[in-house]
Amino acid sequence: MCGIVGYLAKKPELCRSLGEQVVPMLTCMGDRGPDSAGLAVFGDPVEGSLRRFSIYAPSRLFDWSAFEQQLTARVGGEVELSGLENHATVIASANPVRFKTWLTESYPDLHLLSIGRAIDLYKDEGHPREIAQRYHFTQLAGTHSVGHTRMATESAVSPAHAHPFTAGEDFCLVHNGSLSNPYSVRRKLEKKGIRFETDNDTEAACRFLEWRMSEGDTLEAAIAKGFDELDGFFTLLMATADKLILVRDAFACKPAVVAETDEYVAISSEYRALAHLPGVKDARIFEPAPEQIYSWTVSAHST
Amino acid sequence: MDRVSTFDLSRQSVRELNQYLHHDLPNNGAVRLEILNPNGQHSLAVGLDAPAEVDILGHAGYFIAGMNKRAKVTVHGNVGWSVAENIMSGTVRVKGCASECAGASGHGGLVVIEEDASSRCGISMKGCDIVVGGSVGHLSAFMAQAGTLVVCGDAGASLGDSLYEATIYVGGKIHSLGADAQEEPMTAADVARVNDLLLKAGITRDPKSFKRVASKRSLYHWHADAGQQY
Repeated sequence: MCGIVGYLAKKPELCRSLGEQVVPMLTCMGDRGPDSAGLAVFGDPVEGSLRRFSIYAPSRLFDWSAFEQQLTARVGGEVELSGLENHATVIASANPVRFKTWLTESYPDLHLLSIGRAIDLYKDEGHPREIAQRYHFTQLAGTHSVGHTRMATESAVSPAHAHPFTAGEDFCLVHNGSLSNPYSVRRKLEKKGIRFETDNDTEAACRFLEWRMSEGDTLEAAIAKGFDELDGFFTLLMATADKLILVRDAFACKPAVVAETDEYVAISSEYRALAHLPGVKDARIFEPAPEQIYSWTVSAHST
Repeated sequence: MDRVSTFDLSRQSVRELNQYLHHDLPNNGAVRLEILNPNGQHSLAVGLDAPAEVDILGHAGYFIAGMNKRAKVTVHGNVGWSVAENIMSGTVRVKGCASECAGASGHGGLVVIEEDASSRCGISMKGCDIVVGGSVGHLSAFMAQAGTLVVCGDAGASLGDSLYEATIYVGGKIHSLGADAQEEPMTAADVARVNDLLLKAGITRDPKSFKRVASKRSLYHWHADAGQQY
């Protein structure tokens, strides 16, 4: 069992208070997933050659300012780093592939959580309540967000095995369920040179969909192929720089409920995680149907 | 005069509520109970065995009014999974929508979902009656053994798969029938049965417009000469 949450703000004031809306959802779903949690937040994209990088350090004592100096010397130009405990967000004008190679070679203990223009990502071991406090989730602002609370059933409990998973740029995915063919999907993708970071089944779904998008599919077209390729049970919640997308498998035995108003779209595994949201009693509340793609596009700005 | 009691779940726990319903209500408790601020919480009004009326004012979570006996439970909102699971008698009414497995394994009594019910509605039902004002999702009445499922709207894929002796009536379209389920002609007795259940549910529909679905009775007999090609 796991919990998923998603939120898309349609009004600027809700973008500014996104963390305050999402944290009670994530904490409530701690009942479904107490061993680890994660949150991806998307904001207004950075311009030009700039990229955002979210990085995880195994030690809370990691020296982020020394890291920033090394990085600045390496990439040149301006580097903006905000480090907090195990986590740092870096904004730099750096080629994503070269950045990843440099990081892997120079800092093999660090884990690159996400790359993109709009995405920041946090994930760690522990109860969602503790993780939300550790990384000050209530202070986060953004247009949309995807979160997950994990109760591991098929692979290790570690920060890397926590959701959301990412692949490519500005794409993340959380999963409630279990896939029965992740290794066959993985073998197909590895033959194409796609590298995996964990043995988690969800990573196979994430990398499959990103591979399809890198081949030119829209996310919706990639998901349609995913219905044929991915065997097992899943409610998948995904986000790109400007979209929030929700699907359930044909059996639809993993829950999801959506509450939509003129001000927001909120998604969770259970309604009780949405019950605190303003105006939710008058929201359009529905359960997503099997194998239907539900997609919402960002219209508001976060700054 | 009705004695009315109120539980506010923003201040009181689900355990306090259910302990009151189990221990106080059957003897000297109020005969009518209002539950405020359910906020999607699970397992409300479970295991009732008293001729009481319970109104849940708002959206509720999973396993609402499970194992209900004699009581009349009304949810003024939506419910999550498995409302009225294993209902024995009495009535459970949901004014909004229900998620999966509404009325699962119900032995008796009446379950009314005024709007839509999701997948597996009436799965393995064993004698209860279920009336859905809207549509039901896939695999509804899967392995249903006895009782009646009335669906005023449409039915999703694989309706009545592996059906035993329960009867299904559908007012709208049937997406597909499950293994061993078949459509059969409506008799006068069927029309009367649908009419009676619609009246009890308070839903106005022409009972003659419903289709009857029942078991072909081929799947649950063992055929020694079938070459085990199941």
